[in-house]
Amino acid sequence: MTKLASTSKMKEIMGTYYLEAKNAAHNGLKVAWVTSGAPVEYLHAVGAIPIYPENYAAMCGASHATAELLRKAESLGYAGELCSYARSDFGAEALQGGPLMGLPRPDFLVCASNICNTVTKWYQVLSRHFQVPLFLVDMPFVHDDISEEMVAYVKGQFAGLEEFLAEIMGRPFDRDRFSEAVLQSARATELWREVLEMGKARPAPLNSFDTFIHLAPIVTLRGTPRAVEYYTALVEELRERVSRGEGSIPNERIRLLWDNLPIWYRIKYLADFLANWGAVPVVATYTNSWALIGDVQLEGRDDLAGALARAYLSPFINRGVRYRIEYLCRMIEEFSLDGFLMHSDRTCKPYSLTQLPVKEEVQRRTGKPGVVLEADKVDETAFVEAAITTRLEAFLESVLCRN
Amino acid sequence: MRAFFAGIDVGSLSAEAVIVDADGRMLGYSVRPTGHDGRRAGSEALAEALERAGLERGAVAGVVATGYSRKRIAEAGGDKTEISCHAKGIACLLPQARTIIDIGGQDSKAIRIAEGGRVLDFAMNDKCAAGTGRFLEVMASALGIGLAEFGEIALGHRADLVLSTTCTVFAESEVVSLVSQGHAVADIAYALARAIATRTVGLAKRVGVEPPVAMSGGVAKNLAVVQALEVALGCKIQVPQEPQIVGALGAALFARDRSRDANL
Repeated sequence: MTKLASTSKMKEIMGTYYLEAKNAAHNGLKVAWVTSGAPVEYLHAVGAIPIYPENYAAMCGASHATAELLRKAESLGYAGELCSYARSDFGAEALQGGPLMGLPRPDFLVCASNICNTVTKWYQVLSRHFQVPLFLVDMPFVHDDISEEMVAYVKGQFAGLEEFLAEIMGRPFDRDRFSEAVLQSARATELWREVLEMGKARPAPLNSFDTFIHLAPIVTLRGTPRAVEYYTALVEELRERVSRGEGSIPNERIRLLWDNLPIWYRIKYLADFLANWGAVPVVATYTNSWALIGDVQLEGRDDLAGALARAYLSPFINRGVRYRIEYLCRMIEEFSLDGFLMHSDRTCKPYSLTQLPVKEEVQRRTGKPGVVLEADKVDETAFVEAAITTRLEAFLESVLCRN
Repeated sequence: MRAFFAGIDVGSLSAEAVIVDADGRMLGYSVRPTGHDGRRAGSEALAEALERAGLERGAVAGVVATGYSRKRIAEAGGDKTEISCHAKGIACLLPQARTIIDIGGQDSKAIRIAEGGRVLDFAMNDKCAAGTGRFLEVMASALGIGLAEFGEIALGHRADLVLSTTCTVFAESEVVSLVSQGHAVADIAYALARAIATRTVGLAKRVGVEPPVAMSGGVAKNLAVVQALEVALGCKIQVPQEPQIVGALGAALFARDRSRDANL
């Protein structure tokens, strides 16, 4: 992993964020559990603290704390085919386990279906378990392009969310605070995009594995000044690295794209393995999903809800095969890549299901090879080291042979 | 002085070694069971191949290892993956081939190659032993026949049987119950061959099957599997005389290239 001064700052602000959430009840604040693609600007507008079980599951995975949580979930009757984030979350709640000894109890739940449909059932389970209200922001899957009808529909969902929040908080929805939160979110995502675009430099000053780590604030704190502050400093640090010509690995020979979620428990292993070959992923479809939001928000200041609707319909995982193919081809061109890595996440079907046809077509259009690595984001039993290393090495041998 | 090179391929079930000269001509080879100690099996295969080539260990200028134990072979100066080695080996034995199907002891691969054995794309099934050499071993034992005679027996089938599973564990119970129902061993054996073929074609289609198609790995010795694959793919399959040593041959050729590049 690249040594970045910002890393300690990030740990600090993430620590503060979780501490505040843990103490929310004492301070008279409300906690909402939300999905990673929820329009969190609405929550910041009413002063509720959003908590992200997905982020927590990733933390558990990165600190090798998941196995016990998954065993617990299985004993509760959740099948191994179910999303490992969901299982990790159920296990953590049942055991009060994981790095923070579980998450603070939610006062209400907001679930958005723009990342998958599993979350709709996952949050129903949470709602029954905690006996708290759930608001489902229903968002259509975008097979081709985002249409006006989709935007209008999602705006309707957002209007319902406003009413839900006003009722929960016992006061009218505050439009000024909402505008402020959207603005903060737009700034942060714009900065995040700048961070990710640094990967275009040769050598790249940071790699996708770094961005998986530095993603936490844009997921959890977008809509607050803290995220803006953090990414302003990170952009600054990266600019300096670029001007010094400092790469994230010593000898950058092979530039790659990473598709799908990280393999959280093997980030360092994969980073070191690839670095040994002079290979480095410099762009990822996963981290880019939070940069798409900034894109649209800045365009539509006069219709914030409409801009947000477009933004939250945009993530890669909510898009059809054609979009995915074109997106990968564009990244390969813009980031001057030699190939692409596809993590086929055993328990994330909406991300993984399209990968084989996408791989085939992207290879055909760009002439750049891709390889599929079968694993799981947090379930370590799905990672077979000998098989993964053979595939990766065979792929790298063929890339070097082409170069 | 003439220079010689060796390739060692240690897989889950068998270990192979091949000796070539500077022109890439094969002088000797060996195939041995891997057993419990892959490292030792590799050494023994090398010693045997050298003996057959009539060479001393000191005559070998470079060794490359491949296969699942490739990182643990003491004699090797470097290693390459099975994918690159099978591509290289087939390009030497069957230069026209553009698609390789390799079914080894515990995994299967499909590799699409360009001229000279350059790998264009590959797909592997390394999660499950269904349809691999280990699968055939288990089924042969369930049928009470030898692995070597499996193919020939299966080719004598008369009735069309279809198995409902390719899982090694469940297929074994299914085979046992088919035998007890009185089905002919040949019919069951061919149904197994066809089950392997169906599964392998699915894998091969992931890389796109461009003829001519070649097959490597121990399972290529099973004529019934080859025939069932030909039917399923709708094209002929070329099988080198000794399909098990393709990976080791590729590794030996990489050892040769390596020394040539170093001398440039």
